[in-house]
Amino acid sequence: MAATESKRSSYFMITPMALVFTVFLVVPLLTIIVVSFWDYDEYRILPDFIFENYRYLLGSPVTWKIYLNTFKYAALTWLFTLLIGFTVAYFLAFHIRSLTWQIVLFMVCTIPFWTSNIIRMISWIPFLGRNGLLNQALMGMGLTDAPLEFLLFSDFAVILADVHLYTLFMVVPIFNSMMRIDRALIEAARDAGAGAWNTLRHVVIPLSKPGIAIGSIFVITVVMGDFITVRLMSGGQSASVGLQISNEIGLLQYPAAAASAVVLLLTVLLIVAALLRLVDIRKEL
Amino acid sequence: MTTENTKPAKTALIDKDVTRRGFVKGAAATAGVAIGSGAITGFPTIWAQNIKDVTLRQFGTGVSNINAVADKVKEDLGFTLQMTALDSDAVAQRAVTQPNSFDIADIEYWICKKVFPSGTLQPMDTTKLSNYDKITPIFINGKLTPESVIAQGTAPHTVGFVESADSVEFAAEPTQWMTLIPTIYNADTLGIRPDLIGRPISSWTELLNPEFKGKASILNIPSIGIMDAAMVCEAMGEITYGDKGNMTVEEIDKTMAIMIEAKQAGQFRAFWKSFDESVNLMASGEVVIQSMWSPAVAAVRSKGIDCIYQPLKEGSRAWGGGIGLAKHLSGLELDAAYEYIDWYLSGWVGAYLNRQGYYSAAPSTAKNFMSEDEWGFWMEGKPAQGDILSPDGNIMEKAGAVRDGGSFEARMGSVACWNSVMDENRHMVRKWNEFIAA
Repeated sequence: MAATESKRSSYFMITPMALVFTVFLVVPLLTIIVVSFWDYDEYRILPDFIFENYRYLLGSPVTWKIYLNTFKYAALTWLFTLLIGFTVAYFLAFHIRSLTWQIVLFMVCTIPFWTSNIIRMISWIPFLGRNGLLNQALMGMGLTDAPLEFLLFSDFAVILADVHLYTLFMVVPIFNSMMRIDRALIEAARDAGAGAWNTLRHVVIPLSKPGIAIGSIFVITVVMGDFITVRLMSGGQSASVGLQISNEIGLLQYPAAAASAVVLLLTVLLIVAALLRLVDIRKEL
Repeated sequence: MTTENTKPAKTALIDKDVTRRGFVKGAAATAGVAIGSGAITGFPTIWAQNIKDVTLRQFGTGVSNINAVADKVKEDLGFTLQMTALDSDAVAQRAVTQPNSFDIADIEYWICKKVFPSGTLQPMDTTKLSNYDKITPIFINGKLTPESVIAQGTAPHTVGFVESADSVEFAAEPTQWMTLIPTIYNADTLGIRPDLIGRPISSWTELLNPEFKGKASILNIPSIGIMDAAMVCEAMGEITYGDKGNMTVEEIDKTMAIMIEAKQAGQFRAFWKSFDESVNLMASGEVVIQSMWSPAVAAVRSKGIDCIYQPLKEGSRAWGGGIGLAKHLSGLELDAAYEYIDWYLSGWVGAYLNRQGYYSAAPSTAKNFMSEDEWGFWMEGKPAQGDILSPDGNIMEKAGAVRDGGSFEARMGSVACWNSVMDENRHMVRKWNEFIAA
């Protein structure tokens, strides 16, 4: 009796969440999947059940090129955010002794995030441009005699902006993991004769893995779906999956956009699943 | 704010002798409402107060969604016009997918070709417009002068009329039912930085000239960009098109192959999608030659940077926009919308647009609102006698300056192609995406 009672009350308690998920996640997602099988012309979407959207998407060399490009952005951004994020988190967690200073410096890391994403991105443009501050400085110091063109409207610029925008997503979960590491373990490692490198490799990194995994999921999913950074920083010259979807929506090709979105969703889910197989992040939660 | 503004508006309207059918109908309807509510205080007042409460929601591209126009509408006509500016893609999208979110759509003719058949707009009865006969023939029969050759592409007159009040089929000949009332149009070419190029430019081929490697740009709106690309390929002698505005699959493939080759050789610095992007690329010197729009050139010049809207021997690519009525408009709001459209053609806005470097659809009425010097500079290609001011009062050109490309007849007479939507649109967009991803 009591068991059914508690069962009923737990169903009751998950109802709001379930409703929110159904209305705002499941229904839209199903709509996208349904629409991806529809047909379209210049200005209408036509209810239908065709595989043309997927056939073109998966059969076109452009799609493969775009995915390859998007993976490249995601991989490089992941690598650099991880290196920088890990270093910053390590410094905060192990080199700053007082909690007050840890909090203060952590806040300092978040200050750039008080401004809008777009502003932080756009401010790179005058800095990196052909006649921008950086090129003028380099030429003024006599280091280069012609402006470096690759700085702006290039893959370099896209990855630079992505790393700048998303490193904090790495810092936070890794810092969180590191703060949970029992300091006695580090001392024990040292007592057992491990140097700094071995301690890092055999103690800190394994114990930070859940944080690294969470940060990686954040960064990779955001970069895989991004379109505005790619558009602005590559000067419209490179494509990403998100940009392709945005273009299709702009041209009223909703079924094609829906098909692209479904394929992107599956791709990202596969990446996340792979990451979760490597690291058990439940330990963290 | 409302009382001060509506009083002169009221008198202005009565002075203007508002006896149009639409007005009478609206007045009759509102008088009926007024009688029903027992508030009879004389008919013009009721009407004027009623129309004061009308708010029309207009949306369109940034070019003609000008707040000064909304202010002037409030002053002259008494009702409120809300403006929303979006980019071309978003405009088409909204017109089709959110038909109840607007009352007046300010769209381009090539967008109209896509949007009107979806049935979210209603055609306008030209007999209700007193200024209909002032509209330039470009929008009626496609010919600026009787001898003109109709340019390729979606020429506005081909999508300007429908057969009847509830038809969505475009009519071959002018009818009483107009899809869009033309408001604004222009002939586009390439913008250049003469100070950084240092030699005369006279052909579209220069866009792909290796001399400007890494310093060229093209606009990334597929249906317009392909047209600029076609102008270039045709000028290079690589491709001869049947109709640049409606290319065959083969023509599209060849055009894009040439563009992809140029892109991979590093010809382009960037592609732009919005007005301000094109201004920044040019002003910062990242780009020295690119597809551009007239006011963007003016914006670069207003920063004190030398920039020319270069006339080219192969002609220009023209575009035109107009305002259309949402399907759901009826009653007093519909009357107000007709009132607004007729007012749009009556000259004040036309003069405003002419001063921005665009053209008014009813040049003869705009002339009444411009000084002789302004008319001479903008429309006749004469050297300016005094300083030429922008609509908001900044100096745009000094005395002695001559407009790039010359007179209205010279500029609009050299149109090679209109912005358009092709039958092979889907294929074209896919090829364009390949170009961007290449």
